[in-house]
Amino acid sequence: MNKLTSLISGAILLFIYLLVQLLERQGILLAYHVQILSLCCINIILVVSLNLINGFTGQFSIGHAGFFAIGAYASAYLTVTWQVPFIFAIICGGILAGIAGLAVGLPALRLRGDYLAIATLGFGEIIRVIILNTDAVGGARGFSGIPKYTTFGLAYLTAIITVVVIRNFVNSDYGRACLAVREDEIAAESLGVNSTYFKVLAFTIGAFFAGAAGTLFSHYLQYMAPTPSQIGFVKSIDILIMLVLGGLGSITGSVIAAIVLTVIPELLRGFAEYRMIIYPILLILVMLYRPSGLLAGQEFSLASLAQLFKGAKAHGNHS
Amino acid sequence: MATTAELMVDNLCVQFGGLKAVDQVCFSLKPQTLAGLIGPNGAGKTTVFNALTGLCPVSSGQISFCEKQLTNEPPHTIARHGIARTFQNIRLFNNLTVLDNLRIAYHQNRQYSLLCGIFRSPRFKREEAQITAKAREALDLVGLADKSEHIAGSLPYGEQRRVEIARALMLSPKLLLLDEPAAGMNPQETQTLLELIRKLRDELKITVLLIEHDMKLVMNLCEELFVLDYGHLIAKGDPKSIQSNERVVEAYLGGSWA
Amino acid sequence: MAWHIIALQQLINGLALGSVYALIALGYTMVYGIIRLINFAHGDIYMLGAYFGFYAITMLKLPLVPAMIVSMAAAAVVGVLLERIAYKPLRNSSRIAVLITAIGASLLLQSTAQLVFGASFKPFPQAMAFRRIQLGPVFMTNRQLLIFGVAVLLMVILHVIVQYTKLGKAMRAVSMDKEAALLMGINVDRIISATFAIGSALAAAAGILVGMYYNRIDPYMGMMPGLKAFVAAVLGGIGVVPGAVLGGLLMGVAENMVVTLGSSTLRDAVAFAILIVVLLFRPNGLLGKKGIEKV
Ligand SMILES: Nc1ncnc2c1ncn2[C@@H]1O[C@H](COP(=O)(O)OP(=O)(O)O)[C@@H](O)[C@H]1O
Ligand SMILES: [Mg+2]
Repeated sequence: MNKLTSLISGAILLFIYLLVQLLERQGILLAYHVQILSLCCINIILVVSLNLINGFTGQFSIGHAGFFAIGAYASAYLTVTWQVPFIFAIICGGILAGIAGLAVGLPALRLRGDYLAIATLGFGEIIRVIILNTDAVGGARGFSGIPKYTTFGLAYLTAIITVVVIRNFVNSDYGRACLAVREDEIAAESLGVNSTYFKVLAFTIGAFFAGAAGTLFSHYLQYMAPTPSQIGFVKSIDILIMLVLGGLGSITGSVIAAIVLTVIPELLRGFAEYRMIIYPILLILVMLYRPSGLLAGQEFSLASLAQLFKGAKAHGNHS
Repeated sequence: MATTAELMVDNLCVQFGGLKAVDQVCFSLKPQTLAGLIGPNGAGKTTVFNALTGLCPVSSGQISFCEKQLTNEPPHTIARHGIARTFQNIRLFNNLTVLDNLRIAYHQNRQYSLLCGIFRSPRFKREEAQITAKAREALDLVGLADKSEHIAGSLPYGEQRRVEIARALMLSPKLLLLDEPAAGMNPQETQTLLELIRKLRDELKITVLLIEHDMKLVMNLCEELFVLDYGHLIAKGDPKSIQSNERVVEAYLGGSWA
Repeated sequence: MAWHIIALQQLINGLALGSVYALIALGYTMVYGIIRLINFAHGDIYMLGAYFGFYAITMLKLPLVPAMIVSMAAAAVVGVLLERIAYKPLRNSSRIAVLITAIGASLLLQSTAQLVFGASFKPFPQAMAFRRIQLGPVFMTNRQLLIFGVAVLLMVILHVIVQYTKLGKAMRAVSMDKEAALLMGINVDRIISATFAIGSALAAAAGILVGMYYNRIDPYMGMMPGLKAFVAAVLGGIGVVPGAVLGGLLMGVAENMVVTLGSSTLRDAVAFAILIVVLLFRPNGLLGKKGIEKV
């Protein structure tokens, strides 16, 4: 059963990839459409990685764009100045962001809840201001002339790797320790869980993937602007909205929310002003009536679908 | 006696601002004893547990366990040395299943690496199966085998208390600290609990120290008692001698004895 | 100019800016003191206050002081409504849920303002001609003097309310122990509303003062000062009223000093650097008391 479902999942994922390739070659999907699909993949990476920190470990971070920015700029600097191979740049972008995650995770040990939230927000803004003042990456003018190395296929593959890695992490003892820290830090400690270590670990892994997403992003758009909406707190809050609407602690929810909330604004381009009214209202309503998000910790998978067909009660596989 | 003490508490003091919640408490426990810590509300019993498990800072004094100094070590280190506990106001992971509550507590014995977990290596699968089997075993022991898939927070109070004990057992502790395990239980449940605790000591060969207000349970179960009052240890000994101890009787009549 | 004169000049500029931060920080601190909520939308109430003042002056043709009073009253109403609609139903929810709601409320106020008032900035009508007041080698503008004066006046009024009135006593009681206050017959809901009203009114006043100072207002003007005022509140010790004032003034001065020393784009990073340092080394702030967590 288990082998079979992963085989089927793999086949479906491959099919989607081939379908996109085919439609693109036929001219049915335009470059603009493929760009949106690639952005979907990048946002999936961002939201799922933020979910590890916020949803699974319960550390409220709203500075995810900071890690994203580090990956985006550092990798672009590497490819532009030193012409390093792209794969290497992705990994470097991820590792540098991961180191930043480590640096942010350490203070997280001493801060809780809302204080941590503000500190991470502040961290993100500091990163942005530093970039704004660094001429080597274009400073306030923005960073242009980045080679276009990111393809849809690469973004798609990275998104799949991210989802699989984080899902497996969450379903291992390491992930359970993170859940324990989220649920009750004192009880977790009394059971031998070093809560400090797991907070830092979650931040580091989450930041690594956010950095990778940044790399993909900068090498897709070929231009980075140090604005709040691209690498600042507006971006962080965008990611947070996707996470919350999809549901803290639900990977499936993150994936779906990332796709839906990337595509819908593109469809509703004429309503851009209303979007920023509807989102916050949605956010507040979800918190009032369904605070665990629309999918509320549930996971959707082929296995659970099969169980549903069998008439058995389907339930999340991590919780 | 031949066996030396396992837990040694020497001149333990815990201070909260101006309040001395625990004041110069000395006691020791031999392996495989069933001991009780009693005293009026606010006497400092829970604080002693918190100090033993590293959850509140020790102002002065020493705690050693199996000849290792554990004074002011972080809680997770103390847990690794074999001291497990339950909490007066149950602290289960309420949103997780009973099984996951238990599996988390196996954390310190997990061998596989992070990469094994991420790549789901055969070793990971083998060990995860072992962990689950171990958790089911512990649930069986406390008589909750059929509740493994329930969300912990949704169980009735008495069952939550037993889940918490099972979870503590997943640490394979040498010393188990139970903070008011019978609180909120009816006489029937209390009786089952008594038998359970005795069974744990006899079968798992662990030491148990429990805080309890139910005198019948304490007198029936414990072999040794320690009495706290206003942070001071005012008496220790077997249940008989405690019952006739004048200072204890006085503390009970004067204090808010529940 | 000698560096110490520049420094002195920046100290004056910093105190003027800092008194605005202090006014906003007071709202954060009072609300946090009472319901442990970081009211993310507080900066946006400050923005609304500026707009209310703008319309009171341009459309209702009110002079500055009545316009300020009208704007403060209107902002108080918005603050109370915000609490009633968005925060009150969540009083027993997780902190994260409340924080997300507060972020949502902030975004909502911003985008509504953008829709209603327009996205571009508006020039704020000047109530007085620009004048320099020479103070030896340094100077102060009459606007700075106005900001500083109004801010101090409002803080004195707040101090009197908190220390000497029945409302103030009830507020302090609720912030110390909500349950006990409830048992003492204090109407906790009303006190919370009053706290939001007072905090919002102070923020609105700050909005008008800043509108006059920089001569422009826009729907996003609340974001940065809001965050910085929050940092000021944390710096002083969140929940501690004098701490907000101290934190606000220090923040204003620190920011202006950095502008003197280096680039002005670094100015926004100062606040957050201060925040992180404070949280790491003195998490309860300069005047804050140590909290205890019971096991
Ligand atoms: N974290 C704490 N901070 C301040 N005082 C505390 C703390 N924990 C316990 N106390 C105080 O210490 C005393 C002993 O409490 P506790 O150990 O819980 O008593 P018991 O468990 O015997 O009923 C009480 O007066 C209690 O209020
Ligand atoms: Mg107790």
